[in-house]
Amino acid sequence: MNKEKIIEVQNLTKQFGHFTAVNSISFDVYRGEIFGFLGANGAGKTTAMKMLIGISKPTSGEALVAGFDVKTNTEMVKRSIGYMSQKFSMYDDLTIKENITFFGGIYGLSKIQIKEKTERLVEELKLEEVIDKLVGSLPLGWKQKLSFSVALLHEPKIVFLDEPTGGVDPITRRQFWEMIYAEANKGTTIFVTTHYMDEAEYCDRVSIMVEGNIEALDTPKNLKSKYNVASMNDVFLKLARNAE
Amino acid sequence: MKTILFIIQKEFRQIFRNKAMLPIIFVLPMIQLLILSNAASFEIKNIKFSYIDNDHSVTSRELISKFQASNYFNVIESFSSKKVADWQMQTGKVDVILEIPNHFERDIIKENGSNLSVSINAIDGAAAGVESVYISQIINSYNQKIQTQLYQYNEASYIRPVNIVTIPSFWYNNTLNYKTFMVPGILVLLVTMLTLFLSSMNIVREKEMGTLEQINVTPIRKYQFIIGKLFPFWVLGLVILTVGLTIAKVVFSVPILGSIGLIYFFTSIYLLVILGIGLIISNNSDTQQQAMFIAWFFSVIFILMSGLFTPIESMPQWAQNLTLLNPILYFVEIIRMVMLKGATFSDISRPFFIIIFYAFALNGIAVWTYKKVN
Repeated sequence: MNKEKIIEVQNLTKQFGHFTAVNSISFDVYRGEIFGFLGANGAGKTTAMKMLIGISKPTSGEALVAGFDVKTNTEMVKRSIGYMSQKFSMYDDLTIKENITFFGGIYGLSKIQIKEKTERLVEELKLEEVIDKLVGSLPLGWKQKLSFSVALLHEPKIVFLDEPTGGVDPITRRQFWEMIYAEANKGTTIFVTTHYMDEAEYCDRVSIMVEGNIEALDTPKNLKSKYNVASMNDVFLKLARNAE
Repeated sequence: MKTILFIIQKEFRQIFRNKAMLPIIFVLPMIQLLILSNAASFEIKNIKFSYIDNDHSVTSRELISKFQASNYFNVIESFSSKKVADWQMQTGKVDVILEIPNHFERDIIKENGSNLSVSINAIDGAAAGVESVYISQIINSYNQKIQTQLYQYNEASYIRPVNIVTIPSFWYNNTLNYKTFMVPGILVLLVTMLTLFLSSMNIVREKEMGTLEQINVTPIRKYQFIIGKLFPFWVLGLVILTVGLTIAKVVFSVPILGSIGLIYFFTSIYLLVILGIGLIISNNSDTQQQAMFIAWFFSVIFILMSGLFTPIESMPQWAQNLTLLNPILYFVEIIRMVMLKGATFSDISRPFFIIIFYAFALNGIAVWTYKKVN
C-alpha cells in the first residue's frame, strides 16, 4: 500500500480550562485512504477535527495537514482541505447554482471553472430540475450529497466529513458512501467521523476515541480479530464500556 | 478582491431574496419620516383653557377674548367657582384655569395693577413651562395695552410712552418651522438605526445557521469577509439617506442650503462607524435575539443623548460629557448645519475628524474581536 502520509498528528492536545478534551493524541493518515474517526458523543472527536481544519487552536502538540502546520500555516491548510459539517452548511436562501458560484468563488475558481463544475455536478447528481431552486426547499438527503460535492469543488487533497450521514435514510446513506468511494478512488483522502458502525466497516482504517484518547487504531478487520468480536459495533461497545 | 466581490454578490442576493427587506429599506423610512416629523413637535397647541370670571367687566372679557383669538388655546368653558374648575382639572378636562378676581377692572384703573391667578396642569413639566410662558405673554401684552391706553387718556398732554417692540429675527429657520428642524434629525435616526440593526444581526445569522463555521474553514481572510459582509449595508445606508433626503425636499420642503456632496461624503464615513458598532455587537452575540437587544440598548442611549429631542445644553455636565462619545450627536449636528445653515467643510471639520477617528477605532476593535479561530 502506498504509505505517503497526508496527515501527521503528534501529541495533539486541547484543553478548555481544566478540562482536557483531546489528550495528546498521535496518528497518521495516508493519502487516498478512508479514515474513520469514531468515538462516543463528547469523546473529543469534533474538537480534534476542528484543530485539524484550522478553526481551533491546539493547546499543545503538532499537526501537519497536507504538509502544512495547522498552527502556523492555517491558510494553506484551508486551501488544501474540504469540509462538510454535521450542521448542514450551505445557504438555504440561495439557489443550488448560487451556492456553487459562491463557494467556488471564495476558493478562487475562475468563472469558467465554476461554470464547468456546475455543469458536471448537474450531470452527476441529476440536478437539471432543481438547479435554480432554493437549497432550503430540498430534502435533507439531497442537501447532504450537494454539500459533499460543494466541499470538493476546489479539488482538495483531503476532505473532512463530520457526521455526514446524520438523519438520512439508509438508501441515501448507501448512495452517499458510493460517492465517498468514488472520490477516494480519485486519490482524495477522506477523514470521516460517524456514529454508524456499519459505516465504520466501510473505512480503510478506523480510530476510536474514548475520553480524549485514541484507544484503538487499525483496519476494521484487525480490530475485530484483536477484540475477538464479530462486528465493529462490538469493538466499539467493548472499548466504550471499558471507559465507564 | 475577487473573493470580496463573490461575498458581496452573495450578500445582495440574500438581502433581496428576503421579502421583508425592500419594505424595510424603502417603506419604513418613508412612513417614519412622514409620521414622526409631523408628530414629534415641541410646539404646544390646543391647550385646554378655562377661566373663572368673577369680574364680568369689559376688561376681563377683553382679556379672555385674547385667549380665544390665540391659536394655542382652546377655550373650553367658563366656570362659576374655583371648586368646579379644580374638579375639571382633576378629571383632565382642562389644563389651564385663569381666575379673574372681583374688581379686576377697577383695580387696574384705580390702583394701577391687579393680580390674576393661573393654575396649570404640570404633569408634563416641560409643557407646563411652555404654557405658562404663552399665558404670561398674552396677559402682558394685554396689560401693557391697557396701561398705554390709560396713560394716553390721563396724561395725553404729557410725554407719550415709548413703545418698544421687539421683532425677533430667527436665523436659519426664519419661520420657526418645527419640521425644518426635526426632519434632518429624524433622517439621521433612520439611517443609523436601520444600518445598525441590519448589520449587527447579519453575521450572527450566519453563526446561528452554522454557515459561519463553513466560511471559517475556507481560506477567506478576515478583512475580505468583513468588507464583503458590511459593504452591502453601507450601500443600503446611503440608499436610505437618499430616500429620506428626497422626502425631506419634496414633502417637507426642508431647505438644503449646503452641498449634497458633503452630506453624502460625511454619511459615507459615519456609516463606517455604525457598521463597526454593528460588527462588534455581532461578534459578541450568539443569537440574533441577543444582537437585537444590544443594538436596541445602544440606539436608545444614542438617540436620547443626541440632542435630537432634548437640547444637550440643558443636560447635567456629566451627561454633556458623555454625549461627546455619541456618534449620532455629530451626525445630527452636521446634517442640520449643512442643510439649514449651508455649512461648508471647514465649518464641520471638527466633528468630521472626530467621526473619522471613531471609524478607525471602532472598526479596529471590530476586526480584532472577530475570531476565525477559537
